[in-house]
Amino acid sequence: MYRVELGEEILKVQDLKVWFPLKRGVIGTILGKPRLFVHAVDGISFNLRRREIFCLVGESGCGKTTTGKALLRLVPIYSGKAYFKPRKETLAKLENMGVTPDENGFVEIFGLPEKKFKPLRRDIQMIYQDPYGSLNPRFRIKDILEEVLIVHKIGETKEERLDIIERVLEMVKLTPPSEFINRFPHQLSGGQRQRVAIARAIIANPSIIVADEPVSMLDVSIRAEILEVLLNLRKLLDTSYIFITHDLAIARYICDRIAVMYLGKIVELGDARDVIADPLHPYTEALIAAIPDPDPENRKKLRDLKIKGEVPSPIFIPPGCRFHPRCVYYDQAKERDRDIRDLCPSVEPPLAEVKPGRYVACYKHEIVRQLVKSGVAPTQTGSSQ
Amino acid sequence: MALLEVENLKTYFYTLRGVVRAVDGVSLTLEKGETLGIVGESGCGKSTLAWSLLRLVPPPGRIVDGSIRIDGQDITKMSESEVRRKIRWRRISMIFQGAMNALNPVYKVGEQIIEPMLLHGYSKKEAMEKAAELIKAVGLPTSILDRYPHELSGGQKQRVVIAMSLVLDPDIVIADEPTTALDVVVQAQILNLMKKLHWERKMSIILITHDLGVVTELSEKIAVMYAGKIVEFGTADQIFQNPLHPYTQALIRAVPRLKGDIHKLEYIPGSPPDLRNPPPGCRFAPRCKMAFEMCDKEPPLIEHEKGHYVACWLYAKR
Ligand SMILES: Nc1ncnc2c1ncn2[C@@H]1O[C@H](COP(=O)(O)OP(=O)(O)OP(=O)(O)O)[C@@H](O)[C@H]1O
Ligand SMILES: Nc1ncnc2c1ncn2[C@@H]1O[C@H](COP(=O)(O)OP(=O)(O)O)[C@@H](O)[C@H]1O
Ligand code: SF4
Ligand SMILES: [Mg+2]
Ligand SMILES: [Mg+2]
Repeated sequence: MYRVELGEEILKVQDLKVWFPLKRGVIGTILGKPRLFVHAVDGISFNLRRREIFCLVGESGCGKTTTGKALLRLVPIYSGKAYFKPRKETLAKLENMGVTPDENGFVEIFGLPEKKFKPLRRDIQMIYQDPYGSLNPRFRIKDILEEVLIVHKIGETKEERLDIIERVLEMVKLTPPSEFINRFPHQLSGGQRQRVAIARAIIANPSIIVADEPVSMLDVSIRAEILEVLLNLRKLLDTSYIFITHDLAIARYICDRIAVMYLGKIVELGDARDVIADPLHPYTEALIAAIPDPDPENRKKLRDLKIKGEVPSPIFIPPGCRFHPRCVYYDQAKERDRDIRDLCPSVEPPLAEVKPGRYVACYKHEIVRQLVKSGVAPTQTGSSQ
Repeated sequence: MALLEVENLKTYFYTLRGVVRAVDGVSLTLEKGETLGIVGESGCGKSTLAWSLLRLVPPPGRIVDGSIRIDGQDITKMSESEVRRKIRWRRISMIFQGAMNALNPVYKVGEQIIEPMLLHGYSKKEAMEKAAELIKAVGLPTSILDRYPHELSGGQKQRVVIAMSLVLDPDIVIADEPTTALDVVVQAQILNLMKKLHWERKMSIILITHDLGVVTELSEKIAVMYAGKIVEFGTADQIFQNPLHPYTQALIRAVPRLKGDIHKLEYIPGSPPDLRNPPPGCRFAPRCKMAFEMCDKEPPLIEHEKGHYVACWLYAKR
């Protein structure tokens, strides 16, 4: 149910960092106070395959949205690389501008000057969380959609464009299109508005859609309808998704792989269903234990929370494993386990493959310890092989 | 006699564009020390029902019919000053939806907690003692009393708001979406706190939420609301093991689960009706797979099995 065969890799993100500088103020600058940063995304790597739904989960502020925006270059990239495989037409445009892909057809997109990135804007699109705020209230549905076509020079004539618009509205099940085309966003329900947002994202036929919490503002009774639209599109158009959510249950249903983020870093990555059935990082375990799955028995006992305290500030990231101040496993094991006592508070654990296809950044796992002790440079990889 | 008995309550908003029938004939009872969950989708009237129970319906809304009895006394018949002296915060209090973001930024937490106590005749010293006791009861250090709201995290603010609802030791606390803006870990901490308060203080709680997972964390009984009406009412076990109303059934099947088979998620086509102009008969009929000719008349709420009520023609004697 819900799964399809995946294609080749189309995106490889390597060690992405997005740090937002804090304003220092005049006095701070004069006194030469050190520059402070919000470490929104702090070195993450992952790959994405064609037709794959790759999920980013984690608590608010952990860097999910920033990661998504980075792929569209909507936030300043501090460092890192992203290799993307553009479609043929885009590649032709890029080559005209003097950009040459590597032997596998990938282009590094973070280093491109804005002018040369422009053709790629068609290939990577974003759907925002808020169906109320993300559409221009003064535009009719047809204008909202036509704008995208004009920007990307799709469709020669007005009639041709209208034709495309009607077909896309049918794809997102706003039917009959003629009934919706002249409406304003405020004349639609939340679910219908989110479908317009999806239509706007797919109308240029992108290869990747970053869907940022696309259903969390919607009522439960209509969420599945919107998810179905997204899933059908991937079958129809071979779209890949970066699907951002804080709802692990949804991830379990529709995502292929899942990356759990904590304070700007991926702490666990693997097959979505395996990760949820058998979490290998103490943070993933705590997140899952906190979710109230509907069951009338729940009220009879307190929920066992496997985590301490609150999320620290992304300005001052704890040393070592950034999760250690909240980690219950660390507390329990540090007396008997020297490695845990020495490593967790001082050396950042790399994300390592501890079982086939399962990546974890935690010293609970022998392989992670060995990697660090043997002096192999801590690398992060999220490849799917 | 039940602690709280609501009968045929109607609360309407008289807007320029028509009458919004936000609560339209709601009946329910709550016993002392009981927890009741009210679930329903956005706009179905949950908050309006809660405001009605405190006699705090904002204009242009007002209670137009029905009764709300606390220990047998109908508060809809009381004057505002009587409600203020005897009922509000003393017998029944509320954690408002979004209250944690509505704390007054210019006053310290302690000042905000003691204010209602001072209005109700506590001395400053008594009030401060009580505030310290409550702040500990919600799991915070007393030093929080000297802090300003913006210095607190979301979870801490929500604990403060919970403490504020307890200042006059009410018998009933209504919590309107108390965890909606919070992350799952903090949500679980807050729900644990509410469980403890319920157990230790034998407090009755009405938990309002749109989240079927959250509702099972606390509720012995559950009322399912749709378009201003209660369409099903029963124990949590009855509602989850044997949901009767097609709306409840579809809602449960629409929720993705963390364990078990991955079934195809269901959705309910269409959207809830405009409460200015609800469909005649069963308000769910336009979206209901089971609808048949009876459904254009309004179904009564009938007791299908002991304590399990449903408003649907599939179960009513026709
Ligand atoms: N002050 C008001 N004036 C006019 N209509 C109102 C007012 N407050 C609420 N309503 C309407 O009353 C109905 C019920 O609203 P209410 O806030 O009780 O819903 P709710 O179930 O609490 O929703 P949510 O889950 O979004 O909090 C809605 O149709 C709403 O638009
Ligand atoms: N434009 C910005 N300027 C400064 N800080 C930002 C900006 N955007 C996001 N942040 C910070 O970066 C962190 C990650 O944010 P975000 O990616 O939005 O998280 P998520 O989507 O996981 O909730 C947060 O601490 C947030 O406050
Ligand atoms: S590395 Fe150590 S502190 Fe970090 S999650 Fe694992 S056990 Fe906990
Ligand atoms: Mg976000
Ligand atoms: Mg409400």
